[in-house]
Amino acid sequence: MKYLLVEDNLELAEAIASRIRLDGHAVDHAATIADARAFVNTGEYDLILLDIMLPDGDGRTFLKQHRAAKNLTSVIVLTARSQVSDRIGLLDLGADDYLTKPFDHAELQARCRAVLRRNAGSAQSVQTIGDVDFDAVSGLLRVNGNSINLRNRELRLLELLIANKGQVFSKQKLVDRLFSYNDDVSENAIEVYIGRLRKHLEGSQLRIVTLRGLGYRLNHDA
Amino acid sequence: MTPDVVVSGSLRNRLALILTGGAALLAVVLFIVVRVLAAQVAQQGQDNILKASMSSVLDTAAIRDGRVTLDFPYSSLSMLNTEADDRVFYAIYEDNTLLSGYDWLTSPRDVAPENTIFKNTTLKGEVLRVASGARTLIGSNGPRNVFVSVAQTQDALSNTLNAISRNVAFLGLGFFAMSSALAIWAASTTSRQMRRLTSSVTRRGPQDLSRFTKPVPSEMAPLVASLNTFMLRLDHSLTQSEEFIAEAAHRIRTPLATVRSHAEATLQRVDRDENRTSLQAMVRAIDESSRAAGQLLDHAMVTFRAGNLEMVQVDLADLLHELVQSMTPVAEMKDITMTMELERPATLQGDAILLQNALRNLIDNALKYAPAETGVIIKASNSPTLSVSIYDDGPGFAVDEIETLSGRFVRGKDMGNTIGSGLGLTIAQEVIVAHNGSMALTNREEGGACVTLSF
Repeated sequence: MKYLLVEDNLELAEAIASRIRLDGHAVDHAATIADARAFVNTGEYDLILLDIMLPDGDGRTFLKQHRAAKNLTSVIVLTARSQVSDRIGLLDLGADDYLTKPFDHAELQARCRAVLRRNAGSAQSVQTIGDVDFDAVSGLLRVNGNSINLRNRELRLLELLIANKGQVFSKQKLVDRLFSYNDDVSENAIEVYIGRLRKHLEGSQLRIVTLRGLGYRLNHDA
Repeated sequence: MTPDVVVSGSLRNRLALILTGGAALLAVVLFIVVRVLAAQVAQQGQDNILKASMSSVLDTAAIRDGRVTLDFPYSSLSMLNTEADDRVFYAIYEDNTLLSGYDWLTSPRDVAPENTIFKNTTLKGEVLRVASGARTLIGSNGPRNVFVSVAQTQDALSNTLNAISRNVAFLGLGFFAMSSALAIWAASTTSRQMRRLTSSVTRRGPQDLSRFTKPVPSEMAPLVASLNTFMLRLDHSLTQSEEFIAEAAHRIRTPLATVRSHAEATLQRVDRDENRTSLQAMVRAIDESSRAAGQLLDHAMVTFRAGNLEMVQVDLADLLHELVQSMTPVAEMKDITMTMELERPATLQGDAILLQNALRNLIDNALKYAPAETGVIIKASNSPTLSVSIYDDGPGFAVDEIETLSGRFVRGKDMGNTIGSGLGLTIAQEVIVAHNGSMALTNREEGGACVTLSF
């Protein structure tokens, strides 16, 4: 997945970009509307994350022009304003969704996924790992010809494990990566989700192994 | 008009009072002047006839055989005939001796020869007009003075005067009535201009602070000019404070977002438990403060708008549908299924922005407190009254706290780590009260909370 992040605060942009990269996505960063236009004209993006207050103008102007130019790339607005009337205006201008700063990265992920799914999921979101097809946008898992609709938390867990195949994750790491800080998720809950994923992946070449005292790892038995 | 304005008199009444008062005074003066003039003219007429009658008698005075003789010509009495059959009296003296007539009528000493005097006298309460004249006859025994007085009652005169008075009174009343009508018309025309200005100011929406451009009379121009200046200043300061709030929110939220994102990113790299715990605490603190800031701004907006609702036709079902759609990603994070049971039509007159804010807070609460992989039900019902209920499978409300939970900054105990500002229910409560409805917090029999807004 390729993101364009339009944000004039370099510190914030760097933090958001590095967090998105951690999820295995590519990010380009534009600090001004002019830069953003140049990026959009030369590259293809799956999603644009757009700040509203930019040094060379209002992000809404960019949004309006973006839609006027029949550019279909989904746009999620990152706004520092929280007035409801402002939010309504944003959706009218063609934003697919909005998020109020500061935001929870898990929520950003969730909203990105929802927007991508709504805007007719791109075919390239389907990954094939051995005999398993996995669509991280729609949450569809195909094992041995059986289609399984993953629940959101299972989906996120599997996405993380597939993106970091062969890497060991402690329970704590998984909690930190997957859940919002507003959720009270115990490390025991991770065991439940791992258990469900194992059941879904039964009979495939993908296996989640437990490394006692260390955590979990996704193995691909070729 | 508005009860909080100190009212002192009314311009219209004052104007109408002055104009009708003036008209009444003019009518009375007119009546008096015409009546006095008419009385004078009528009196003059009677006097002329009385004088002619008196003269014609006096002219017949002569000395015959050393004695004064007088002859009453018929005409001297007939000319005094009136429609009212006024009575006529006379008195004739030779020097100081009454020759004929009534001695109470006059006294010869009053009259100089070759002169006519008029005076009023009364007989049993009736006014008599008396004309007296004298003549000096030169006889063989020296000069003799003859005095003649003719008097007449004034019944005909007063009849005429009364008729004139009646007509003048009618004229005066007509004048007064016409002037009063004119005065009231003038006064209400003047005040209509004021009312027109008032209604066009009143009819404006709460957000409309544009200049007043319709033409007004020159007397009202200064008022309208200062009204326009005032609105301009108000508009300016409102825009300024809105911009200030937006700018302030931007300035506060952007660094918070930076810190939060950095903390989150760092959290992925550290392994030591105490570092993780403090980073998590940091993220939580940021969430608490940004949420509180957001809710405080929302609450300020609700309080501001509640006194000045921008009423439009709102479809609650559509509103809920949109809200659920926009909050679905958040629900999915916990694998919560939101189910809608919307009865249509569910329309009402209300402030769309406030209602949306209130419902968002309630749904947000349900999502926060509901455990993962449960359901939240959003119901809109239109009978017996329009109501919205939101059910969750969370811990429900503590029974002893239900009464107090909608207070400002009140949060339930045992809320664990769930982040909240204690303003969500307050906002919902204030919005529903502003819409003349009520909010009820209950616990479901099967567990979980239910919040119902009834309109």
